[in-house]
Amino acid sequence: MYKIVRKQELAENVDEFVIEAPDIARKAKPGQFVIVRISRKGERIPLTIAEKDPEEGTITLMVQRVGKTTFHLSCFEEGHVIPDVVGPLGKPTHIEKWGHVVCVGGGLGLAPIHHIAQGVKEAGNRITTVMGFRSKDLIFWEDKMKAISDRVIVTTNDGSYGMKGLVTDGIQKLIDEGEKIDMVITAGPVPMMKAVAGLTKKYNIPTVASLNPIMVDGTGMCGACRVTVGGEIKFACVDGPEFDAHRVDFDELMNRLRMFKSLEGEALKEFQKKHCGCGRE
Amino acid sequence: MAKKEIKKNRIPVPERPAEERIKDFNEVKLGYTPELAMEEAKRCIQCPTQPCVEGCPVRVPIPQFIKLIAEGKFVEAARKIKEENILPSICGRVCPQENQCEGVCVVGKIGDPVAIGALEAFAGDYEAKVGIEKPQKDEPTGKKVAVVGSGPGGITCAADLAKLGHSVTIFEALHEPGGVLIYGIPEFRLPNEIVYRELEILKDLGVKIKLNYVIGKTKTLEELREEFDAVFIASGAGLPYMLKIEGLNLNGVYAANEFLTRVNLMGASRFPDYDTPVYVGKKVAVIGGGNTAMDVARTAKRLKGVEEVYIVYRRSEAEMPARVEEVHHAKEEGVIFKTLTNPVKFIGKDGWVVGMECVRMELSEPDESGRRRPVPIEGSNFVLDVDTVVLAIGQGPNPIVMEGVDGLEVGKWGQIVVDPETCKTSLEGVFAGGDVIHGGSTVIQAMGDARKAAAAIHEYLLEK
Repeated sequence: MYKIVRKQELAENVDEFVIEAPDIARKAKPGQFVIVRISRKGERIPLTIAEKDPEEGTITLMVQRVGKTTFHLSCFEEGHVIPDVVGPLGKPTHIEKWGHVVCVGGGLGLAPIHHIAQGVKEAGNRITTVMGFRSKDLIFWEDKMKAISDRVIVTTNDGSYGMKGLVTDGIQKLIDEGEKIDMVITAGPVPMMKAVAGLTKKYNIPTVASLNPIMVDGTGMCGACRVTVGGEIKFACVDGPEFDAHRVDFDELMNRLRMFKSLEGEALKEFQKKHCGCGRE
Repeated sequence: MAKKEIKKNRIPVPERPAEERIKDFNEVKLGYTPELAMEEAKRCIQCPTQPCVEGCPVRVPIPQFIKLIAEGKFVEAARKIKEENILPSICGRVCPQENQCEGVCVVGKIGDPVAIGALEAFAGDYEAKVGIEKPQKDEPTGKKVAVVGSGPGGITCAADLAKLGHSVTIFEALHEPGGVLIYGIPEFRLPNEIVYRELEILKDLGVKIKLNYVIGKTKTLEELREEFDAVFIASGAGLPYMLKIEGLNLNGVYAANEFLTRVNLMGASRFPDYDTPVYVGKKVAVIGGGNTAMDVARTAKRLKGVEEVYIVYRRSEAEMPARVEEVHHAKEEGVIFKTLTNPVKFIGKDGWVVGMECVRMELSEPDESGRRRPVPIEGSNFVLDVDTVVLAIGQGPNPIVMEGVDGLEVGKWGQIVVDPETCKTSLEGVFAGGDVIHGGSTVIQAMGDARKAAAAIHEYLLEK
C-alpha cells in the first residue's frame, strides 16, 4: 500500500501527488517511471517520477486528468492509499557533462524534465529550461525549474505569459542569440517532441526525447510499448523511455497512442456518470 | 504377472459443448466425477517399470496415486501427489501430459494411455473441496532465501525450501502472484480461482510474497545476494519476438502477452466494469502454432464482436508445437486453421491494420530443430481480410533481472546459463530455472527446474 502524503492541484487538470514508496524513492533516477494501479478493477498506467526524496521515502508524481484512471485518482486525497505502485522502471537518463543543456518540457512533460534537469545540473552542466504551455493559467513548477536552471524561458501559445509561441520558438530564440547548445532533452506531447526534433536536427544538436507509449506490465513482457527508432523496434519500458529524438518515428507513436482512445472515452463517460460527488466533472 | 484384460479406451473427461463455452470464460472441462475417476484409474495396470514417473519432470508417484483413486481414497491420492508436486490441480490441467507421463504410459501402447492429467486434477480438486491439509514444516534453519518471480517455478522452489525450514521471500513484479498462471493462461483452461487456492499453500508455509517488486529495478540482484543466503531466479519470459515485416506497429497488432495480460490479468473482457480495454475487430489472425497461439485464438473467440479467428502457421499441423488437446479444442470452438501460411506484410489504413498479405508455404528438408523447413511458394501471395492480429511466435528471457550484474553468465539469446543438474548459475548462491533459462517452455518444466534448484539450494545452505 502506498500512502498519499501530500496532494495539490498544480493547474487546471493537473495534480501533484507525493506518495510514500521508500524502496522506489531510494532507487529512482532521472528519466524513470512507475506503473500505478489505483483500484481492484483498475488498469495499469505509467507515470513519470518528477521528484524523489529518499530520506522522506517519497516520490512525486504529476498526473494530468485525461481518462478514467487519472480522473479517479484526482479524487484521492491525502491519507488515501494507492494499492499498487511499481518501479522505478525504464532506463535512467544517460547523463554526461556536456556543457550547455537545454531541457524542453511541454505541459505534463515537465515531470520527467524536472527530474532529468536535476541530474543534468548535478553533473555540472549549464541548464536552460524551455517550458511551454497553452496559456498562463496552465503554468506550474516555474519556480522549481528556476531553482535548478541557469535560465528559464516560458512560452505560451496565446502569449498570456512569457514568450508568445511554442517551445520550438524558445529554442530558436536561443539559437538566434548565438547560444551554443550541446544537448537538448525533451518531454511532452508527441507533436511537440517531433517539432523539437525537427528543429534541432536542422542545427545538428544532439537531442533525446522521453517517450510515453501505451504500457501494460512495464517490465518488458507485453510488447505494447514498442516504438520504431532508426528503423528498429525498441521497447520503451526496457530500452527506453528515452531515445535519440532524431531517429524516433513520432508519427507511428502518435498513431499507436490513439489505439484505445474510443474505448477510453467510453470508460471516462461511464465513470463521470457515476461519480459527481468528488468535485470533478 | 497375472493376466488382466486392459480396457483400451479411456473414460472421456466431461466437457461443456463448444457452442455453449465460447460464450464465456468458464472452464471448458468439467472434470471427472468420483465414479468416472475410479473407473479410469482402474485402467492403470500398476506396471512395475513405471515409465510415467520417469516421464514426469517432478517425479510424481503416478501409479501409487492412481491406485488410491481406484480404491476410492481420493484425499489420500491428492496427498500422495503432493509429496512431489504441490500444484496438482494446476498441473493436471496445463501439463503437456501427452509428451510426458501419458506419452510413455504402458497402457498407451495398446490403447489410450491412462488419463493421468485428468486424474491428477480430479484428486487436487477433490482434496480442495474437503479441506486441504496444512503442510508439514521442518524446524527453522535461520537461512534466508529470495525467490524472484511467483510463477510455477517460483512457487515450487519457495514451497520446497519453506518445508525444509528456510525463510523464503518471493518478489513479484506484477500486482498479483501467480505469474504466467494468472496473466498468460486463460481462465477457460485454468481458472484463476484454482491458482489462488493452490497458492494458499505458500501462506501456510509462511512464505512472504512482496508484490509490485521488480528485481533489477526496485532492488538489484546484488542487493538481494547481500540480504539473502541464496537466490532463485524464476523471472520467466520477457521481450516478445516480433516479425520483422512491414506494418508491424499498426494499431490492432498485438503481441500475445499484451493481449492475454489485458484479458486474463486485467479483466478486459469485462470492460468497462474493469478499466483495462482490449480492442478487437471482427476478424482476428493469430500468428503461431504453439499453446500460446491456441490460448489467444480461443480467448479472441470469446470476445464480443469477434466473428472469425484464424490460426496462421507456417508449417503444417503435424509440426505444431501446441498440445493436441488445445488444437482440438480450438477447432471445436470454430477457430479456422491456415497452416503452411506465412504473413509477409500487414496492410494498414488510417493507422489500423485492415489486412494481412500472406504467402503459402511448402515443407522441405528438416532444419536444426528437426522439423521440416517451410519455404515460400513463389507467386502464391494472397490477402487475408483481418482487422486484428496477434503475434504468438515466442519470446526471450526477461532481461531486467540481469541488469547491471557482473559475473552472471548469459547465453546468446539472453538466457541465464545454468548447470543443468543443479540449476546453479555462475554467481555463487544464485540459481535459476524456467523460461529465464529455456526461453518459452512449460509450467512443469519450470517446476522441474525449481525442484532441482531447491534441492541444490538446500545442500548449499547446509554447507554454508
